[in-house]
Amino acid sequence: MSMPGHLKYTKTHEWAKREDDGTITVGITDHAQSLLGDMVFVENPAVGRTLATGEECAVVESVKAASDVYAPVAGEVVAVNAELEASPERLNQDAYGAWMFRLKPSDPTEFDALLDAAQYQVLVDSESH
Amino acid sequence: MLKQTPLNQAHRDMGARMVDFGGWDMPLHYGSQIEEHHAVRRAAGMFDVSHMLIIDLKGEGARTFLRQVMANNVDKLQAAGKALYSCMLDAGGGVLDDLIIYFLREDWFRLVVNAATSDKDLAWLSAQRDRLAPSLELAARRDLAMVAVQGPDAREKVWGVVPGSREATGGLKPFQAAAFGDYFIARTGYTGEDGFEIMLPASSAPALWAALHRAGVPPIGLGARDTLRLEAGMNLYGQDMDEATNPLESGLAWTVDLDSPRDFLGKAALAATKPTRQLVGLVLLDKGVLRSHQAVSTALGQGEITSGGFAPTLGLSVALARLPIGVSPGDRVAVQVRDKSLSAKVVRYPFVRNGAATYQE
Repeated sequence: MSMPGHLKYTKTHEWAKREDDGTITVGITDHAQSLLGDMVFVENPAVGRTLATGEECAVVESVKAASDVYAPVAGEVVAVNAELEASPERLNQDAYGAWMFRLKPSDPTEFDALLDAAQYQVLVDSESH
Repeated sequence: MLKQTPLNQAHRDMGARMVDFGGWDMPLHYGSQIEEHHAVRRAAGMFDVSHMLIIDLKGEGARTFLRQVMANNVDKLQAAGKALYSCMLDAGGGVLDDLIIYFLREDWFRLVVNAATSDKDLAWLSAQRDRLAPSLELAARRDLAMVAVQGPDAREKVWGVVPGSREATGGLKPFQAAAFGDYFIARTGYTGEDGFEIMLPASSAPALWAALHRAGVPPIGLGARDTLRLEAGMNLYGQDMDEATNPLESGLAWTVDLDSPRDFLGKAALAATKPTRQLVGLVLLDKGVLRSHQAVSTALGQGEITSGGFAPTLGLSVALARLPIGVSPGDRVAVQVRDKSLSAKVVRYPFVRNGAATYQE
């Protein structure tokens, strides 16, 4: 299962990437998409919505089940990946390329406290036993 | 410890994601459930359905016994090899299971029942046998495996890998079966496509599976099996009907023979019932996915989705729902999906047959 080292991760299987302009891009991990199976529907938050840390803000639905996506950090939604609406299967094909939404964080230090790849790997290993 | 079919190792070798399905270690998919679904609609795919239980009923009076315990009328089975879909009811008219009955000889009928209910079914049938026809033999055939090959090219694929089978089964009509050596080949299935269900000795199953695979037939997991049967409008026991519901409110009135003088378990209860609910098809008009247990609001009252999901052939979400009698095709209903109320249209199902959309308002 792929876990790029330049990303941060959450216990709820989102990945987060800090962009050069300080915004945080969010998606679901390769592990998450693999567990859920073929994606058929994505519902992203509205641009402009303000999210609290850990808030339920998006839904991904696979052939198997619906799954909530949580905000890794607090902030305002500044962009969403509209491509996923027509092509939810992008989440299966390229979990770390198919971003879901981008946040302007209200506290830039919150990002640093997220799991790194090694810590996330430990979490995934512990869940698969 | 999960139970394993004779094809367990084959599934693992093919990279299946295995899941616990009613106590059986079964393949959910082998990579992409949607691609597997399309393979069956467009060409052919093979399913391991060995977890289902084959029960042979043997002895004089087998037909008479089945007339008493099955809701459908086994007198429709007159030619050897003919198959019949039926519900098995309790005295209250609740559905104990749905099954296929094959007629082989007057003293030999074969039943195929669901995996999750197989112990219950055997116990029930044994109790009825003891009461009604103690000389009959009920044999659980766990020595047999079952492989379903389904899709427009399915029969051709089977004929290509099982020498002599074309001659033995080429003349079979839908819902007919033929014994062929130690195979029993039925033109039945659970996908809405043409194809065969092949019962064979467990020890022969891995070789047949491998031969079909070499012939280009992909393995199909339980995930696609569920979306295929949902599109085909076929009930799933435990979800669309169970002991708490009767066939009349489960879209299965066509399988219940209330008109003939024949008496059967559950008949009196059904005859005294005036159904207030019916099973209908739903097509989601908004974006999202319908799922089982979602609440449905209609102009005539509340109901519930019994099976829902994404229909890959149609590219939208469909469902079976139990709604008040009087709700009709073409009506709009509201489905509660998380915090939203989504709009859906009532339709006559099946949604898909032989690769094409068939649902009607």
